Amino acid sequence: MAVKVLIPAPLRRYTSNQESLELEGSSVGEILDDLTGRYGELKKHLYGEDGRLRNFVNIYVNDEDIRHLQQQGTAVQPTDVISIVPSIAGGF
Amino acid sequence: MLNPDTTTIELSRDELERYSRHLILPEVGLEGQKKLKAASVLCVGTGGLGAPLTMYLAAAGIGRIGLVDFDVVDASNLQRQIIHGTAWIGKPKIDSATDRLQEINPHLQIDRWPVRLSSENALDICRDYDLIIDGTDNFPTRYLVNDACVLLGKPNVYGSIFRFEGQSTVFHYEDGPCYRCLYPEPPPPGLVPSCAEGGVLGILPGVIGVIQATEAVKIILGIGTTLKGRLMLYDALNMKFRELKLRRNPECPVCGDHPTVTSLIDYEEFCGIPQARAEEEKAKATLQEITATELKQLLDAGKDVVVIDVRNPDEFAAARIPGTTLVPLPKIEQGPGIEKVRSLVNGSALVLHCRSGMRSAKALQILQSVGIEGINLKGGIHAWSDEVDPSVPKV
Repeated sequence: MAVKVLIPAPLRRYTSNQESLELEGSSVGEILDDLTGRYGELKKHLYGEDGRLRNFVNIYVNDEDIRHLQQQGTAVQPTDVISIVPSIAGGF
Repeated sequence: MLNPDTTTIELSRDELERYSRHLILPEVGLEGQKKLKAASVLCVGTGGLGAPLTMYLAAAGIGRIGLVDFDVVDASNLQRQIIHGTAWIGKPKIDSATDRLQEINPHLQIDRWPVRLSSENALDICRDYDLIIDGTDNFPTRYLVNDACVLLGKPNVYGSIFRFEGQSTVFHYEDGPCYRCLYPEPPPPGLVPSCAEGGVLGILPGVIGVIQATEAVKIILGIGTTLKGRLMLYDALNMKFRELKLRRNPECPVCGDHPTVTSLIDYEEFCGIPQARAEEEKAKATLQEITATELKQLLDAGKDVVVIDVRNPDEFAAARIPGTTLVPLPKIEQGPGIEKVRSLVNGSALVLHCRSGMRSAKALQILQSVGIEGINLKGGIHAWSDEVDPSVPKV
């Protein structure tokens, strides 16, 4: 099952500059596995050395943070949109 | 809603005329305009975000605006920091901003804080304002502003930008979430490029800064629905706004039910800056360097030197050191660039350069790991422009 994943600007250099991808999986974890399987370099940006999702990269299913759902176990439907929203600090 | 005390606030004839378009808005009116005059706002940073937002707040009739900035105006700021004009290059931003804001609205009181916001001074500086606007450009200061606002019970109007995208929300307002609820930890230094490295569309901070100014005015007036609990995402390239839900984390170390951070901490340490700096120094210690003047002497003496520029093609097109070859850092990082460098060097001495020496140092480390030795141009093409040829623009 393909689900749309929006890739933020700071991470696009690892996805051949693609802004959105259709990825396979029925949960957030499976979708992210598919993503890092296709784009290996993304792995270290999404996951820490302990294998947990990094605290400065938030994952949303539609408008809800997966921390408030079932984390990576959150089930997804083909109509859902997954957003990766990393911390940015620019202001000057 | 802040509900500033307006009992002693009067508006002069000049002010009534100036604010007439506000006065005829039922949502603002005379009482609202008095609230704006009674209000005080601290803006941390007068850069890309601080420039447009303080100009609008000054024009709107905010009574007192505090500016925190220790920087001087640089030519590369003017593409987006519209509060600063060309004549102010090289002069303190806080002077330039004060001059411009006073010109926009002479009724405005400006407090000048020409300092770097730190754990030592943040509480004292922030204490005297109704709300704080975060217009900073780095993670340590953003966590500092957040924690100071939570400890003092002040709303924190947040905005940040990257290339063509921006984020904005209101933190710690009416039991809403704080910055640490959104991002409990900062990324390690170097993982997320800064505007200086990644570039930024000049208009982008205008849009985000004006959203911040709008939220500040709404909070002061107590009208509308604020961005509390919503993270607004703006994508300038596709001209799209989206919003995500933001919730207070009951386990947040600062604003949670059982806070463990009850005073300001060392934010450089929290963001891993000293550790990264130490590693950088360690890496630098094994790196051979050459100054721009020395390189010029080598080239003039006809020595067999290959000079490789590792910046990106647009930077190379805008300004270059004559006789250099372009092999961008990403190409070296990804592999193909390494073989190109190897074939170019072919027995000659190798000098690598970039804008200011950081990226070429990174490239040299990669090259050294595959047996290619080289020397780093200290200070990059900027040093070349300073020491050897001022006609090379510092882009």
